[in-house]
Amino acid sequence: MFGNGTNGKNGKDKPNGAADGAIIALAGVRKVYDTGAVKVEALRKVDLAIKRNEFVAIVGPSGSGKSTLMNIIGCLDTATEGSYCLRGEEVAGMSIDRLADIRNRRIGFVFQNFNLLPQLTAYENVEMPLLFKGAPARERRERVETLLGEVGLADRMQHRPVELSGGQMQRVAIARALACEPDIILADEPTGNLDSAAGGDIIGKFEELWAKGHTLVLITHDAAIARRTRRVVRVQDGAVVSDEAVA
Amino acid sequence: MAALSLIVRLFRGAAKIQRKRMILTVTAIAWGTVAIILLLSFGEGLKRSLAAGRRGLGENIVIIWMGETEKAYAGLPAGRPIRLVPEDVDLVLAGVPEIASAAGEMHNWNVQLVNGRTALNKRVVGVHPAYEELRTTYPRAGGRYIDELDQKLKRRVVFLGDELAKALFGAGDPVGQTLLVADTPFTVIGVLQKKKQMGMYGGPDADRATIPLSTFEAMFGRRTLSNLVYQPTRNALAPVAKRHLMEVLGAKYRFDPADTRALQFWDTIRDAKMMNAIMIGLEAFLGGIGALTLIIGGVGVANIMFATVTHRTREIGVQMALGARRLYITGSIVLESLALTFAGGVAGIGVGVAIVQVLAAVQAHAKSEAMEILGTPTISLPIAVATVTLLGLIGMLAGYFPARRAVSIQPAEALRFE
Repeated sequence: MFGNGTNGKNGKDKPNGAADGAIIALAGVRKVYDTGAVKVEALRKVDLAIKRNEFVAIVGPSGSGKSTLMNIIGCLDTATEGSYCLRGEEVAGMSIDRLADIRNRRIGFVFQNFNLLPQLTAYENVEMPLLFKGAPARERRERVETLLGEVGLADRMQHRPVELSGGQMQRVAIARALACEPDIILADEPTGNLDSAAGGDIIGKFEELWAKGHTLVLITHDAAIARRTRRVVRVQDGAVVSDEAVA
Repeated sequence: MAALSLIVRLFRGAAKIQRKRMILTVTAIAWGTVAIILLLSFGEGLKRSLAAGRRGLGENIVIIWMGETEKAYAGLPAGRPIRLVPEDVDLVLAGVPEIASAAGEMHNWNVQLVNGRTALNKRVVGVHPAYEELRTTYPRAGGRYIDELDQKLKRRVVFLGDELAKALFGAGDPVGQTLLVADTPFTVIGVLQKKKQMGMYGGPDADRATIPLSTFEAMFGRRTLSNLVYQPTRNALAPVAKRHLMEVLGAKYRFDPADTRALQFWDTIRDAKMMNAIMIGLEAFLGGIGALTLIIGGVGVANIMFATVTHRTREIGVQMALGARRLYITGSIVLESLALTFAGGVAGIGVGVAIVQVLAAVQAHAKSEAMEILGTPTISLPIAVATVTLLGLIGMLAGYFPARRAVSIQPAEALRFE
């Protein structure tokens, strides 16, 4: 563990790198997909630091490497090269189960296609991360009921995903992402499969979470959505081409 | 414990596989289970039948026939016949401590037996009372075997084989009745309990009349024994007993104790050992065929599990993203495989047991000799344990390999899977 919470050092030495105090710190991250015949370099030397309670949009055209970047930030995939510190802890070289625990406790995922388990109810979907965490039954019940209440689905707990609208499914997914009180919420095109009303509703939900102190990283190709965040990181051809605060 | 309950929950919540394919797979496992149960229970039935048949001759006994010397010994030429007499039984019992029990027997294979208007020519044997235990010729209720007093007093009493009794006296109870044996009146004292007898010499025990050896000697004027039957104190001592017996008798009759032709031996102990070895081989063979059939069913389960795991790749990816450890995912897949296997196993065991029971019932009524030797198919505890263990093992393996593949890919890749 290093520097977590000690903001005294000068972050300008490493402008985009693993700055102290950053909750997410990528330094020189490369990702190469080896499909046997061809090697595709999806990320080349990416440096990126995100602090606690930032609201960041990662934008770029499709194939730019933004999804790969999100997979690495979310510990869903490992970098070929480079360092990734999550809350000051180096992720590279961690065991599979350790990574699973990190995803369980530190990161909440919201996907474009919701990725709810179709045979489980809304309640059971939200409960799942708590089960993996090993939370006792009482805590699980309280937590799931609170979360589904907060996203306005208290009356839909026993519904299965097919019985819910797209916006409702995504709200279940947000409740699920929050289940283990993660440090970071990672959302990959969260409004991509929603109409503009439902999409606006979801972004509103994210703004709410940000206001409560959550750290949010949002992947999108929608400029309108990116404008509602506070910082936009533009990725192109596997590299960060711009990183600016939203006015 | 927590992990186990979680695995059970994941298993219950997993998207289920196609019904048709599942039914086929379960049927394959059931078929394999039926095969292994039938084969092993037939093996067990045969084993028990053979064991019962061996018991019909007598357990752990050695039977001696009279022979001729092959070697010149102590100035005497080869080719002398050696003929034992009833007193040699006492000599052997006194001189060979490794022999627990012994009896002499004499045969007359063509004696007329008359009851009223029924006359039959049958084998009559004279024996010592110890013969009852040695040759398992036990009387059925209401009768008795030849005893020491019969032997001492040369009583005219006769013990009948069960089939012979039926032939002479019909359905009625012959005990206490008078039977003419070679024109001499004898009292019937007992009838043989029905038994299965596989090995025999001088015909089955069921079809002969037995009288005291002393009475036999007096009636037929015989001195020499047809056979001498003995039982060593312990099976392991059988070779020592035989050597000492040859020494004791060799000293009396002046033959070389190493002369293998002077007396001839039928060692049922050695036969039994060999038979056991053959039966173990046969059971292994039958079990192996059954196991192979079951393993083919297991391949079906593995196949369907691979398909399910592929089908559920995204679901598994989601679980991994939410923080499922490898054990939870592999555990729920293995559990599913075990559930399939045991569903088939339970069905197979049910059908197998039913078939065995029907066959056993059919067999109880059948009269064929082949069926009798084949025995009644029997499911023993070891068969049940072996079958269930094999099912468990197959279920585990058929789930483990697909499960291992499922967790071998990165969650990102699993989530991308279409």
